[in-house]
Amino acid sequence: MPDKLVTKNLSAFFGKVRGIRAIDLNFPANLVTAIIGPSGCGKSTLVRCLNRMHEVVPGAHAEGQVLLDGEDIYAPGVDAVQVRRRIGMVFQKPTPFPSMSIEENVAAGLKLNGVGLKASERDEIVERSLRQAALWEEVKDRLRKPGNSLSGGQQQRLCVARALAVKPEVLLMDEPCSALDPISTARIEELLLELKADYTIIIVTHNMQQAARTADYTAFMYTGDLIEFGETRQIFTNPARRETEDYITGRFG
Amino acid sequence: MSGAVAAYQYRKLKSNVMMGVTVAATVVTLVPLFLVLGYLLFKGASSLNLNFFIHLPRPVGESGGGMGNAILGTLQIVGIAGLVGVPIGIGAGLYLAEHRRTALANAVRFAADVMMGVPSIVVGIFAYAVVVRPMGGFSALAGAVALAVIMVPLVTRTTEEMILLVPHELREASLALGIPRWRTSLSVIVRTALAGIATGVILAFARVAGETAPLLFTAFANRYWSTSLRQPIATLTVQVYTYAISPFQDWQRQAWAGALVLTGLVLALELGVRWVTGGAAKTAR
Repeated sequence: MPDKLVTKNLSAFFGKVRGIRAIDLNFPANLVTAIIGPSGCGKSTLVRCLNRMHEVVPGAHAEGQVLLDGEDIYAPGVDAVQVRRRIGMVFQKPTPFPSMSIEENVAAGLKLNGVGLKASERDEIVERSLRQAALWEEVKDRLRKPGNSLSGGQQQRLCVARALAVKPEVLLMDEPCSALDPISTARIEELLLELKADYTIIIVTHNMQQAARTADYTAFMYTGDLIEFGETRQIFTNPARRETEDYITGRFG
Repeated sequence: MSGAVAAYQYRKLKSNVMMGVTVAATVVTLVPLFLVLGYLLFKGASSLNLNFFIHLPRPVGESGGGMGNAILGTLQIVGIAGLVGVPIGIGAGLYLAEHRRTALANAVRFAADVMMGVPSIVVGIFAYAVVVRPMGGFSALAGAVALAVIMVPLVTRTTEEMILLVPHELREASLALGIPRWRTSLSVIVRTALAGIATGVILAFARVAGETAPLLFTAFANRYWSTSLRQPIATLTVQVYTYAISPFQDWQRQAWAGALVLTGLVLALELGVRWVTGGAAKTAR
């Protein structure tokens, strides 16, 4: 598999504090890569660097390179806004826009980016995105209802649909299931396996079973360093590093 | 065991006493409100008729007539004040919320807080100095400027506070969709805060609609219809003030009616707030 996204010597800072240190990672195209590690190890910071959301935090900046199809998204002259349209993101807490209906939420990324759409095109994109997010059957009769009238799990799938509507190439998911019950979690996980046919997926998770169930590759991070990266099966059955083994067997973290 | 029961009885007694105190305080708060409304209705309703809304005041000695010009004048001045004050206030509030820690933001925030505490008559003097004197006379414009100056800090601070109530995650979610920052601010953040901002705006309107002092030497008064911004203009508050302290019974009756109309106007605005926020609460659920 060719690599969709590659980080080279990537470090992230909050003011003068370094959050992640010189990360070199390759994310293969059309596969799911999980990033695991204890709280505060820099997992979220790493994925937020991948679509230039890290720099939204006041005083934060990143150094090094992130190559999307071989082109550095941190190169001078690259517009962060354009990068984020190619690399979508779903957050820990479901964040439907409360002032918008379900269909407006899905179309928000297009409409607010000034993409002119005919009503029929819009409806088509809304339906396609909701179907991809496995939400269409549940909401097709109430598309005009507010986005936060849905349950937590449905809201999270609505956020997935919203991210997919702008047709990104990569989907970043920052602990997308941590606020969901097991049934909703299972639906999101099924979704990941369907979506990887079309997208490159990177998921941050606290839940090691989730990584084992969904990911083709897994990266283990600890205190801002990348400790180990490899095929998920190898990481969980035969880790090369002592720290990885300690973490996955629950000895620390 | 009996000690525990006694302690429980004592705690229950304390609870009841405190409950009684807070209920009494609530009643004491509400009594003046209903007395004012009731007395206004009692004194003013009898002088209220269609003529009051559409006729000019009559000279002393002639009965009848109305405050039509003053009602229109109040709507005009408050409307113009809003046209000037609301966009400035919302713009400033948006700036304060988006650039919270800059030196300019701190200075503006401090100035707005001070402005809210400035007595309204001082604002009137200010408008007198910067508008009435250069223009060479009292004018509707001067009155509107004075009211706008009162509105701006109110709208600014409520806008800022309402925008800050919008969860940070929404901003990030919007930016992560590749939506530019200005669009995120306007179409996601402000739109989410809109019900709260509208509430603040309507409350600011209600507040300035009842102002008298800053109008006394800006808009002054006018016994006739006027739509000119450069001429003095009648307003309900000033008219009520003038009529209430006059020695003529007819005028005093009219003052009561004017006060009733003014209160009705403010009440209608407050109900408008309820309606706006109630509607917003429904969509948010």
